[in-house]
Parts: sequence; C-alpha cells; structure tokens
Amino acid sequence: MSATVAPTSTPLPARQRGETLRLLVRNRIAVVALAVLVAFIVVAVFGKALAPYGYNSVDVADRLQGPSVHHWFGTDELGRDVFSRVLLGAAVSLKVGAVAVGISLVVGVPCGLIAGFYGGVLDDVIMRVMDVLFAFPAILMAIAVLAILGPGSTNAMVAIGIVYIPIFARVTRAAVLPVREEVYVRAARASGASDLRLMRRHLLPNVLGPIIVQTSISFAFAILSEAALSFIGLGTQPPHPSWGLMLSDGTDFINQAWWMVVFPGAAIFVVVLAFNILGDALRDTLDPRQRSLIRNARGA
Amino acid sequence: MAPLLSVHDLRVRLGDAQVVNGLSYEIDAGETVAIVGESGSGKTMSALAMLGLIPRPPAVVSGEVHFDGAELVSATPAHLRAVRGAGMAIVFQDPMTSLNPVLTIGRQLTEGMEVHLGLSGRAARERAVELLEMVGIPDPRHRLDEYPHRLSGGMRQRVMIAIGLAAHPRVLIADEATTALDVTIQAQIIELLGRLQQELDMALIWITHDLGVVAGIADRVLVMYAGRVVEHGTVDAVFDAPQHPYTRGLLRSIPVLGQHADALPSIPGTPPDPENLPPGCPFWPRCEVRADDRCRGEVPPLREVAAGHLVATFEKERV
Repeated sequence: MSATVAPTSTPLPARQRGETLRLLVRNRIAVVALAVLVAFIVVAVFGKALAPYGYNSVDVADRLQGPSVHHWFGTDELGRDVFSRVLLGAAVSLKVGAVAVGISLVVGVPCGLIAGFYGGVLDDVIMRVMDVLFAFPAILMAIAVLAILGPGSTNAMVAIGIVYIPIFARVTRAAVLPVREEVYVRAARASGASDLRLMRRHLLPNVLGPIIVQTSISFAFAILSEAALSFIGLGTQPPHPSWGLMLSDGTDFINQAWWMVVFPGAAIFVVVLAFNILGDALRDTLDPRQRSLIRNARGA
Repeated sequence: MAPLLSVHDLRVRLGDAQVVNGLSYEIDAGETVAIVGESGSGKTMSALAMLGLIPRPPAVVSGEVHFDGAELVSATPAHLRAVRGAGMAIVFQDPMTSLNPVLTIGRQLTEGMEVHLGLSGRAARERAVELLEMVGIPDPRHRLDEYPHRLSGGMRQRVMIAIGLAAHPRVLIADEATTALDVTIQAQIIELLGRLQQELDMALIWITHDLGVVAGIADRVLVMYAGRVVEHGTVDAVFDAPQHPYTRGLLRSIPVLGQHADALPSIPGTPPDPENLPPGCPFWPRCEVRADDRCRGEVPPLREVAAGHLVATFEKERV
C-alpha cells in the first residue's frame, strides 16, 4: 500500500507500519477504498489486455449506441467503445497522478525540510516563494504553466506538479518544526552529524506520516485537475483517452448519449473518492493521538 | 605537557542574558571533573558552547577552549563536526527523548561510526554489538534491530552511553546523565561510567546538581553559580572544608539518611536573573555572610586558599 501511495518514501518502522495497517484494516470503508485503488492500478497497468476494443477503433456504423452486451458502456460519437476507453483512460490518470505528485514531493518536501530546519531568512525566502505559488488558484496556475509549455498530457503533469509544490512544502515544514527541537536531534548533532544527515536521517522519517497523507489526497486532486485541464482542452489531446477529455466530448451529446458522460464521470468520482477516503483513514491512523481514540472507540 | 582539554575564560551571552561568565578549568585523560550548580547556573550551556552547539548568532561566545591542540571557539563548522562525537561526546539527561523513536538502536549506534570512523555494514554492526556488550545490555545482537520504545529508561541510558562511546571520544560529557533515572539505576549507570572511564582512559565531565553523585565519582569539583565558578577544588577539599557560603549551603541541604529533619535546610531566595545580574557578587542577595562592603559592588575574584583549592569570596579564610 505504501508503495503506491508514497512512491518516494522510505518505509516507516516496522512497529508503526504494522500498527497502521492493523488499524487501517479495522476501518471498513478504508478497506473498500483500498480495494478500489488496487483495482484502479491493475486496470491502469493491464488496461490494454483487458479492454475489448482499442482506444481509437472507430466504427461509425455503431456510433452513439447505448450500453449493450457488446458495448457495456455504449459507444461514443465515432462508434468507439466507451468501456475500453474508460479502462485505457485509467493509465493516463494514474500516470498523471504519479508524475504530478512525484514532482510536488521531490521539490516540495526538501524545500519544507530546509525551511523548517534552518528557519530564519532561508525559511522566509522559501516560504514566501511558496506563498506566491499558493496564492494563485490551482487551475489558473496550471493553465498559466500550460500556456507557457503548450498543451499536452506531459506538460499537464508538470503543471499540476508545480501547483502542488507549496502544499508539500508547508506540510513538511510544519511537521519539521516540533521535531527540530527534539533532544535526539541535538544528540545526533552532538555526535557529529552534518546538517544533511540530520535532515535525512532524523527529521525526514519523523515527518513521513503527514507527507503520506498529503500524497494520497494530492493524488485525487491531481487526477481531478488533469480531468479539468483535459476538459478545457489543455491536457491530454484527442484521440488519446482521458476521463476529463471524454467528459468534455460527451457534453455535446448529453441529450442523446448520457453514457458518454456518466461512465468517465463515475470513474473520476470513484477513484478520487477512494483516494480521499484512504487519505483520511491514513491521517487518523498515523496520528498517535487519533490512533488511541480509534482504538478506544473500536474497543468499547 | 598541555592538558587534554583546557577552558579559559569561556563566556556565553544569549541576548541580554549572560549565562556563562568566565569559566576556566582543565581536565586530563583519566580524570573526572564534576560541574555542580542549580538549574540555570550555566553548566549545560558551557558544555554545549565548547562544541559549538549553541547557534551563533543569537548567542555570543568568547574565551578559549583548547582541545587536542586546536582552539574550538573560533573553529570552523567542519572542524567542530569532527570533534563532536570523536573528540568529545555528550550523554544527555533524558534517555526517553534522546533516542530517535523511528530509528532502530543499531541505526543510531552506527551513525557516529559512519561519520567518524568510516565504518559501515557488517563492521559497524560488529562494533555496535561490542559497544552494547560493553555497556551491559543483554542479548545485544537482538537489540540492534529494536526500536527505543522497547527499552526501559536505564537501558536507554546505557544505549546513549554506547552511542557516546561509538567513535572513541577522549572526553565524555555526562549532562545530568542519571537525573531522570531511578536511584538504583542511577547507581548502576554511575558505576558503569566510572568503569568505562578507567578502561578507555577518557576524561569525564560530569554535569549534575546532585552532590551525592559528585562525592562518589569525581576527582575535582567546580561549583557554578550564575555562570561563574565560585569554588573549585578536589572533592575532598571542597566537601571537607567548603569555603564559599553557597557551597556550604548546598552541602547542608543534602538530606542525611537516618537523621530526622522537620525541614530540610535550604538556601533562601532564588538565583539572580541572568539578564540582570547584581553588580557585585552574584550570590550577595542570598548570602548569609556578606563579609564586607566590597560584596555589593565588586565581583570577588577566584583566589587560591589552599593548593588547588580556589574560591571566589571576600570572606576570611576559614579552615
């Protein structure tokens, strides 16, 4: 699980990992969300093998057919199988989520670590830059980045990644501040550890909890943002399947072919919801205070 | 021959607070010096300042600290990093918070070896096992992969000592290293440190407010008050013939087993505000002697009252 949610994180200690899993499994909804996400990843990886038709196998004779045995989710205005395109679109969403969140993590977490660890002027400079980034509405910011880079799914990933950098920087910095004052950090410094080692060895593993939660929730936002950007024509370009793009195409035919919007829309809804639920559940289980609350509530 | 560590006129100022005010002492390999004083007397600050562990600025540190042929107050960050752990190591007060909860014991033990000795992997693990054995932790090989929360306070302090020893330090600073422990565990840790000091021929600086501990282990004792040394001598001299009113007050306030006292004698008043030290002797407001008029306006200098026994008071010599 942590491998999919936090691709760049070092593993939590065995004790914490075991406990987190145990508490997570006790949360039924979280288990369902986890199952949905596993299914999503399987579909994203093996979509080509699972899909009955190609993403661009046009069959004009069969256009705008409703759901049937041959086309479970119906066909679109070019007679392409919506079910196949939804399956294949999962890969785009997963890739966007992974790359965008990866960019935010790789840039945001070190920025937050440095700002929180050193404090002072460095902290001010880094966090004010983050504030400026953060002050732009996310989609507007992504549109601005895409205006510079040009539309396309790769650029959309970069744009979304940049938009979420400040969130990771803030979450990391906030978590670092109390840990920085811990005696064990001072003790490690007193045994000759360099700043880099202190940050990597002592601070980072202690702030992974909130970062993992943020990663899971950002995944949902990244998928949503990609859909939105594709919807307005700046993300994935036709004929490639993206849930947002399919939604956008489908709006023109919403009166004749409801299935063209309902199924990709449902896919976005289910995956985003699953990531959010998992994020919430992780937050509850990774926070020690909440953890005892859960234990007591369930135990009673 | 120059002593292993010599501190000369060390001063630390934090904003308007003068927390260490001209501390001088020397220590050689195999020696144990105890630094005694109330909270806020500058004991810990002086140790941290020696190793450059107080951020400057805001702190202002002056004076000289000579260790192993180099001066530390003006040393570069890289030189200080090399000294920390390998030259001088510190064991902190609270073993419950001095270990990183998310790293295994082994990980934390091998850290100093990686930094200073270039050891890693199997070699580092072997040395870690040796160290844990040395500090008396049973089943050390197994313990390496455990997390700190599995250990008791006494065991954790043993681990902290092992971590302190990892890179063969020549000076070990025990900063209230037994204060947070049960009395029986305290005795074990004191005994352990004393034994290790002999085996490894280290200099041991014992920072404490517990005079009982001092009597048992130290060769010499420095009594600090408001950032200054008020009395410095061998343990025998200071305990048998304390010269400074503050030292006498401290010694009187040690409870004696089997002797009933309705109220334990204490020193009235509180230590002065380091941001607003009195112009004369810092102990003057609480002093029962107040030998003469100079006490209010002049800081009494350290003078030698017997061989190796220094005291900062204007009071007539009493032997």
